[in-house]
Amino acid sequence: MFDKTQLEEIEKLKHSYEKALEKSLPKGPERKSEFKTVSGIPVKRIYTPEDLTDMDYCHEIGFPGEYPYTRGVQPTMYRGRLWTMRMYAGFSTAEESNKRYRYLLSQGGSGLSVAFDLPTQIGYDSDHPMAQGECGKVGVAIDSLADMEILFDQIPLDKVSTSMTINAPASVLLAMYICVGEKQGVSSDKLAGTIQNDILKEYIARGTYIFPPKPSMRLITDIFEFCSKNVPKWNTISISGYHIREAGSTAAQEIAFTLADAIAYVEAAIKAGLDPDVFGKRLSFFFNAHNSFLEEVAKFRAARRMWAIIMKNRFGVSDPKALTLRFHTQTAGCTLTAQQPENNIIRVALQALSSVLGGTQSLHTNSMDEALALPTEKSVGIALKTQQIIGYESGVTDTVDPLAGSYAIESLTNEIQMKAEEYISKIDEMGGMLTAIEKGYVQKQIQDAAYEYQKAVESSEITVVGVNKFQMKEEERDFQLLRVDEKVGHNQIEKLKKLRSGRDNLAVREALEDIRQASRDTSVNMMPHIINAVRCYATEGEICGVLREEFGEYTENIVL
Amino acid sequence: MQELVRKALSGDTRSIARIITLVENESPYTEEIMKTLYPHSGKAHIVGITGSPGSGKSTLTDKLIHEFKEKGNKVGVIAIDPSSPFSGGAILADRIRMQKHAVDRNVYIRSMGSRGSLGGLSKSTYEAALILDACGKDIIFIETVGVGQSEVDIMKIADTVCLVLVPGMGDDIQIMKAGIMEIADIFIVNKADREGVERVVAEVKMALDLVQKRSWIPPVHSTIAEKGNGITELAASISNHHEFLSISTEGLEKRRNRLVTEVEEILQREIARFTEEKWNQKKTPELIDSLYSRNTDPYTVAGRILEEVLLEN
Amino acid sequence: MTHEKIRVIVAKPGLDGHDRGAKVIARALRDAGMEVIYTGLRQTPEQIVDTAIQEDADAIGISILSGAHHFYFSRIIELLKEHEALDIIVFGGGVIPDDDVPALLAMGAGAIFGPGTTTTTCVDWLKSKVHEKRTLEMA
Repeated sequence: MFDKTQLEEIEKLKHSYEKALEKSLPKGPERKSEFKTVSGIPVKRIYTPEDLTDMDYCHEIGFPGEYPYTRGVQPTMYRGRLWTMRMYAGFSTAEESNKRYRYLLSQGGSGLSVAFDLPTQIGYDSDHPMAQGECGKVGVAIDSLADMEILFDQIPLDKVSTSMTINAPASVLLAMYICVGEKQGVSSDKLAGTIQNDILKEYIARGTYIFPPKPSMRLITDIFEFCSKNVPKWNTISISGYHIREAGSTAAQEIAFTLADAIAYVEAAIKAGLDPDVFGKRLSFFFNAHNSFLEEVAKFRAARRMWAIIMKNRFGVSDPKALTLRFHTQTAGCTLTAQQPENNIIRVALQALSSVLGGTQSLHTNSMDEALALPTEKSVGIALKTQQIIGYESGVTDTVDPLAGSYAIESLTNEIQMKAEEYISKIDEMGGMLTAIEKGYVQKQIQDAAYEYQKAVESSEITVVGVNKFQMKEEERDFQLLRVDEKVGHNQIEKLKKLRSGRDNLAVREALEDIRQASRDTSVNMMPHIINAVRCYATEGEICGVLREEFGEYTENIVL
Repeated sequence: MQELVRKALSGDTRSIARIITLVENESPYTEEIMKTLYPHSGKAHIVGITGSPGSGKSTLTDKLIHEFKEKGNKVGVIAIDPSSPFSGGAILADRIRMQKHAVDRNVYIRSMGSRGSLGGLSKSTYEAALILDACGKDIIFIETVGVGQSEVDIMKIADTVCLVLVPGMGDDIQIMKAGIMEIADIFIVNKADREGVERVVAEVKMALDLVQKRSWIPPVHSTIAEKGNGITELAASISNHHEFLSISTEGLEKRRNRLVTEVEEILQREIARFTEEKWNQKKTPELIDSLYSRNTDPYTVAGRILEEVLLEN
Repeated sequence: MTHEKIRVIVAKPGLDGHDRGAKVIARALRDAGMEVIYTGLRQTPEQIVDTAIQEDADAIGISILSGAHHFYFSRIIELLKEHEALDIIVFGGGVIPDDDVPALLAMGAGAIFGPGTTTTTCVDWLKSKVHEKRTLEMA
């Protein structure tokens, strides 16, 4: 990026700068002998144009809205419209969650993000023995369309976009959403939102899988195909690095494994006869915003550039919309501390800022009390305001990709890309992500990183304010924690009883049998059959139960 | 102690578990326990499951448990994982795939760390199997560590050895070269929905033709353990082999040979205990110095220690 | 008795799939020389207790982040009582509010390790607790 004479002069100056340091350092040494990001990437004392001598601005950085999209996916970014402030919420019953959603929308939240409880995420009805003690705990309990109707009561589905964190049974919940739309008179082509639908990271990091990889991949590609024809504004998958990072990976691993998952989905969809220029437009991503501020900004930029290159070179995609990596961000839950929880507000603010400077399309900010329990309305409010302050007060949104051209940021962007590419080639060599997961390679890499991190915290190599430094002796907490009523499970079971006695059970049986038949023929798209069953109030557990019988269940692969 | 053993013999899980621990930890009660239990043993069918990592041994075992349990058998499982050579600790995770049997009264699953033992088992695996045998289990599966090539110990203690292979893992040929072909009574080509199954099956059959002919011709099974395919047939083969052992001279030989090995191993262990004790007393830095300076040699030192041990006893 | 290995079950009860903590603690216990029987995800209290008995474990460690800790601790301890196996130490960690800890301890949980606990704290506690238990059994 610089001409030769300039570089020579820079080198000369740097030399004399270092010479001078040699003298002064013994008197005033640096705080540490080595500086590293939280992921262990060494950070230099100073970055200069010398670090970017091979950089080609036009082809590697370029302009926003243009290949390779390093600077952002839209030409004007936040000058046009701010990111979607999307707060992940949901707990207890559909009624309770509906109240929280309407509160968030009234406070200026611009999209919904539904958290489901664990039985819902794993395809069990609330009255299943495995659901005991879990109903409504980490999200809302949804058993059938009846619950979904309550969840979105008085929320116009043609006006809001809804993100649903649902994976193994994603098709069932999407079917329910489509049916609620029908009831509201909103046709499926007007529905906007996202389902997470990313099963591979469930095997790797999050654990809410049901079926083995093969039928799971089929369910996913069925959704791709169905939505491209019927729900064109829907993001059919949110390929997630968030949970990979939460499980302990480094920044480079986070984007490497996420993009490797993405490659596996694209390959599966192409194999199923779909066109990457079409379904590619509806792929979305989900990343984590962790502590090392500069590293995080660089990570987002690197991921965007890498994906454009992958889609273009590997899959021959040409539609710009299918080349862009659009992503949601959540601040890192694993960095929240139970000690001095108010400090979490500041952590979250910095992490959120890194994602904005990294060009995120939507953002969830964690609440300060989440290391202790589910967030209260008050703490969620503060978290949302944090985004608004960044968006409306800080001014960082007034120019596009303001950190571009920083020697440090561009160098880190290159370095993370390089590290991530190494992982991806390693996975390619193994024969792709499915094999790498089966061999436990990915899981092992993440667990090793998590263990290293833990040891670094315990040896105080990494500082956690309030935990291993600046602790307070006696802590007093002066805020309330949210508690989920233990009765939720009972109420759901009662509701189910009523539902099962009030619906047309013959129609349900037929619909379920129809799903069974469809599941046996891979040339059939499952979606219409699932929608049909949902519409006659077959429960989620009943539908997943049939699929469990047909597809079998996955058992994790432990490599410790 | 006798009370504990009596309860174990009556099938009490907690007592069985406790005496396995005592034996595994080489507690002073070991001899007493084993002597009391021994007359009750010799009835169970001991089946070894060996093969390289990732071949699906645990999933196969899980399905076999189910198969034999359905036929009214009491099933015991011993699953061995490697111990860390650094800390001596271990993460024992084989039972993850068998956890749906955890609450079944007719199934007992025990995980063991190899605790420094090579050869695919742990030092006390055989004793643990004998305990389960004496305490009423009809069939006992032993899942080896699964490092592949050096796992010959299983042959010494199992009536039936099953070797699990997988297409496309690349290690199959190694295993055939390493002489493990000779120890297996049943071959399993698992994950048979993958490419290259036919090739592996053909290769195994070919290799079997080359090794010494026995009166038992090892069958080769294709299975997809994850889906349960081929398990019934495999279970039938395992039972057939048991039947074969009980009526053939080869089976009789095998069981008699095992008794010989057993006595030999106890002898070795006991002698080792004495010599080790003595050696630990004698192992002074001065002695090592004189070895180092070649003033004496290891043979002379060992000879002297042995002499002293023999004199004292 | 020091040569006796400590055997400990590490389990994730219920449906919660966040196993970072469980895996980190499993490794730390292994590196401290213990034998860790790792049962993985989605374990019922019945499975956990039966496993502990079959494995003759000294302790059961469970990790819960879903808020269902009250249910799982009480059920596991109840089952241990039924099996006359209350000598097996039960401890846990995860997202458990401070206010809930006294109730869990009163139920019979040996210790609850909240977020930010070092693995060393946990390892040391378990070692001394098992030692205590064994001395008691010897007497």
